[in-house]
Amino acid sequence: MRWIRAHLVGIAGLLVLGYLLLPNLVVIVFSFNKPNGNYNYEWQRFSTDAWTNPCGTPGICDSLGLSLRIGLIATLVSTILGTMVAFAVGRHRFRGRSSTNLLIFLPMATPEVVMGSSLLTLFIAMGIAPGSTTILIAHILFCLSFVVVTVKSRIASLDPRLEQAAADLFANPFQAFVRVTLPLVAPGIAAGGLLAFSLSFDDYIITNFNASPSSVTFPMFVWGAAQRGTPVQINVIGTVMFLAALVLVASGQLISNRRARTAA
Amino acid sequence: MSGPVADVAPAAASGLRRVRRNYTPYLLLLPGMAWLVVFFVVPMLSLGSQSLQTGTVDTGYVLTWHLQTYVDALSRFWPHFLRSIVFAGTATVLTLLLAYPLAYFMAQRSGRWKNFLLVLVIAPFFTSFLIRTLAWQTILTDNGPVAALARSTHVTDLLQWVHLTSNDSLMNSRFAVICGLTYNFLPFMILPLYANLERLDHSLVEAAGDLYATPIQTFWKVIWPLSLPGVVGGTLLTFIPAAGDFINSRLLGNTQTVMIGQVIDSEFLRVQDYSTAAALSFVLMLIIVVIVAVYVRRAGTEELV
Amino acid sequence: MTEETSGDLRLTGVTKTYDSFTAVDQLDLVIPRGSFFALLGPSGCGKTTTLRMVAGLDQPTIGQIWIGDRDITETKAYQRNVNTVFQSYALFPHLSILDNVAFGLRRRKVSDHKAKAMEALELVQLAHIAKKKPGQLSGGMQQRVALARAIVNRPDVLLLDEPLGALDLKLRRQMQIELKQIQSEVGLTFVHVTHDQEEAMTMADTIAVMNSGRLEQVGDPATLYEHPKSTFVANFLGQSNLLEATVTSRAGTTAELDVHGVNLRLPVDRLADGTSALWLGVRPEKLRLVGPTDGGGADDNRLTGVVTDASFTGLATNYLVRLPWGQELMVVQQNDGSLPAARGAQVTLGWAAEHGFALDADQDAHAGAQDQADDSGAT
Repeated sequence: MRWIRAHLVGIAGLLVLGYLLLPNLVVIVFSFNKPNGNYNYEWQRFSTDAWTNPCGTPGICDSLGLSLRIGLIATLVSTILGTMVAFAVGRHRFRGRSSTNLLIFLPMATPEVVMGSSLLTLFIAMGIAPGSTTILIAHILFCLSFVVVTVKSRIASLDPRLEQAAADLFANPFQAFVRVTLPLVAPGIAAGGLLAFSLSFDDYIITNFNASPSSVTFPMFVWGAAQRGTPVQINVIGTVMFLAALVLVASGQLISNRRARTAA
Repeated sequence: MSGPVADVAPAAASGLRRVRRNYTPYLLLLPGMAWLVVFFVVPMLSLGSQSLQTGTVDTGYVLTWHLQTYVDALSRFWPHFLRSIVFAGTATVLTLLLAYPLAYFMAQRSGRWKNFLLVLVIAPFFTSFLIRTLAWQTILTDNGPVAALARSTHVTDLLQWVHLTSNDSLMNSRFAVICGLTYNFLPFMILPLYANLERLDHSLVEAAGDLYATPIQTFWKVIWPLSLPGVVGGTLLTFIPAAGDFINSRLLGNTQTVMIGQVIDSEFLRVQDYSTAAALSFVLMLIIVVIVAVYVRRAGTEELV
Repeated sequence: MTEETSGDLRLTGVTKTYDSFTAVDQLDLVIPRGSFFALLGPSGCGKTTTLRMVAGLDQPTIGQIWIGDRDITETKAYQRNVNTVFQSYALFPHLSILDNVAFGLRRRKVSDHKAKAMEALELVQLAHIAKKKPGQLSGGMQQRVALARAIVNRPDVLLLDEPLGALDLKLRRQMQIELKQIQSEVGLTFVHVTHDQEEAMTMADTIAVMNSGRLEQVGDPATLYEHPKSTFVANFLGQSNLLEATVTSRAGTTAELDVHGVNLRLPVDRLADGTSALWLGVRPEKLRLVGPTDGGGADDNRLTGVVTDASFTGLATNYLVRLPWGQELMVVQQNDGSLPAARGAQVTLGWAAEHGFALDADQDAHAGAQDQADDSGAT
C-alpha cells in the first residue's frame, strides 16, 4: 500500500503512457487481421496477407507517393524559409520584431478548418484550380511557423561568444557562420525539418480543402476508406510509419545523448 | 612617432563613428514573411470579405456587406459553437489531468529512462493520426473487450445516465468523441509541460518539505505555480486545434455531436454556401484570437514563439 | 605570422560611450612590445571594454588604436593581428581540440597548420588530447587550449580576459606561473585584464589601474604598491592605513606632520610642493608592535592604541588597533615567533618614516577599498 502511495505519480504516468500507445498497438495488431467484411474492427483471424501485398488496395500506393513527394518539397522549402526567418528574429533587433513574432505565431493558433477554408477562398478568387500545387502551397504555409519556432529555440541556446571567438581568429562573418554557427544550429534545423515533414504527411483537413479528385494524398485516401471500408493495408502502412518514427526519434535521442555525454 | 600627435585634429573630426544600418534581418525575413502574408494574411482578409458577400457558386459573388449572413449563421449554428467549445474545453481539462503526472514523472523521476519515455511519447505523434483515430473505433467497438468490460462493470450505464453514451454502446457517442479529442492532443500538452517541469529545480521541492509542507501542499504552493507557463502553453496548443477539429466527431460521434468544424467543412464543400461558411470561420477565428490576445497581453510576444 | 608592422600597442584618446553611460573615458596608454601588461580594476571600470576594443569586437566612440605605426581602429576583428583568450574560453564544441587550435591558422591559409597547432599544444602540455572535444576536458585544460589557440597565431598582441577566474585557487596560482613562463618564452605582448590585484602583481611587468573608465596610475608593481598616487590605488592594491595629517615643518630631508596631536615624520620628497594637508599612508605590513623598551631610530614613528581584534592566519597575525581618536589601523605581523598581543591589550605601533606615503587630502579615503569578504588575496 505504501509502495503504491510513494509511486503514485509514476503509476499514473505510466497508465497515461499506456493510453497514449494503445491505439498504436491496436494498429499493429490489426495489421495482421483478416476481416470478414470491409471494416477492420473485429478480430477474425491471423493473417499476413496485408503485409505481403501492401499495395493491394487500388490507389493506396499512389496516394502514398503523392504524400511523400509533397512532404519532401514542402519540408525543403519551409525549412529553408523558416530557418532564415528564425535567424532574423533570433539574432537581430529590428523594428517590427514583436509584430513579426505575432505573425509567425498566428498560423499555429489558427484552427485548420479556418486556414484551409481561407486558402480555398483565395484560390477561388485568384482563379487557381485546386490540385497538387495548391496543396503544396498550403503545406509550406503551415509548416513554416513550426520550423521557425524549432530553429529559433536552438539559436537561442547558442553562445554568442563563440562567434566572437571565430572573428577573433580571423574568420570573416561568412566563414564564422559556415564553420561555427551552422554546425551548431544544424540539429535544430534537422528537428524543424522532421517536424515539417510529419505535419505535411499527416495533414487531412487543410489538404482536403485544397485538393481535387485527381490529387489524393494518403490521409485523404484513409478518410475515403473510412467511409467505404478500411483495408488492412492501412494498418500495415500505419505500423511501418510507427516503427520508422520510433527508429528516427530514438536515433535522434542517441545522437544528442552522445553529444551531451562528450560535453559533460 | 609622428602618428598620434599629428592625428589629433582628424581624430576629433572623425568623431563619433556612424553605425551602419543593418539590412540583413530584413533580407532574411523577406521570403518567409512574404509567404505568410500572401498565403495567410491575404486569405484571412479574403475570408472576411467572402463572409460579407452574397451570391452563389454559379452566379458568382458580390461584396454587399451583407451582415445578415452572420446573424443567420450564428442563429443556426450557435449550438455547434457551444458544443465545440464545451468539447474542446473538456478535452483540454482531461488532457491536463492526464498529461501532468506523466510529464512530471518523466521530468523529475524517470532518471535513466527519461529519453526512452520521451521517444515513446513523441513517436505516436509522427504516425498518421487518422489511422490512430480509426483505431479507436476498433478499441471501443461494441463487440470488443473494452465495451464488454464497460458493460459488465456498469460503466456504460453510468455514462448513459450522464448522457455521454447511448444504446448500450461506447462508440458513436459524446464519450467517444471526447476520448478521441483527449487522446489526439495529449502530446501537445505533455511536451510543453515536460519542457517546463524539466527545468524545475528539485531542491525547491525538498525545501518545501523541509519547511513542513505535505506533498499536496508542496504541489499546490510550489510545483503548480512554477509550472504555469507550461500549463498555459499546453492549454493553448490543445484547446485551439480541438475547438476546430471535426475528424474525431466524424469518426467517433453521431449526428448529435456535430462540431463547428464539420459545419464549416460541409458548408464549404457540400452545401457550397461560401458566405455562410466564411462567416462561421471568421467567428471561430475571432473567438480564438480573443483567447490568444488575453494570453499575449499577460505574457508578451517573445513567449509565443 | 610575423609582420613588419608589429610594435607598441598605443591607445590615444580612446572613449566608449553607451547612450548616457561612459564606459571608457579618454584613455591614453602605451603598452610596450613584448611586455606582460595588466589592466587592473574593479568590475565596471572599463577594462574589459578596453580589451574588446583592442580585439576589434567593439568600436571606440572616439579615439584611435595603433600597433606600431599602423592605425587599426577601423580594421575589423577578423582582419586584426590580435587574438583573445576569452573568459569563458569559448572553445568550439563541435570541433576537436586540434581543430580548435588550428582554426585561426586555417582561416589565414597557413600551410602546415596541423604541425603548428600540435606545437602550440605541446607548449601547454596538452598534445596528448588533440583528438578530444572541449566538452570532455576540465576547466583548467580548456583554459590552456584557449591559450594555445590564441598563441599559435603569433599575434602582435595577445589579450587575456580574466582567463583564470573560473579556476580554483591552487590551479590559478599554477597557471599564473605558467602564463608568465610562456610569455617570456614566446616573446609576445600579453595584455591581461583582471580584477585580482595579487594576480596582476604576480604576473605583470607593468600594471595600469583603471577606475570608472579612467586610468588611475600606470607603473611596475613595486612602484604602484609602495608609491601609490591616489587613495584608489592605495586601497585597491593591498590595503592601506590612511591618517589625516597636516604639515608642521619641512626642515631638511624630513617633514614633520601633525596627526591628531601626535608628531610623525615623512621624507620631504614624498610631499608635493605647497601641500599643507594630506593623507599619510602606511601599509599594514610595515607596522610592527614594539615593546616599551624599543626606542627605535630617530626616524621611527610611534602611535599607541588598543587591540580590538587579533586573527591568526598561519602566515601572520592580523590586528586591528584602535587609536585614541577612534580610527582603527590594520596591522599585519608576520609569524616570526614573537608573542602575539591579546584583544584589549594596550600596544605601541612603530614604522620607519620612509615607509609612509602621502596622498591628496581632498581624495576619498575609502576609494578602491574592497570588502573584507572578498579580500581573499590581500595580505
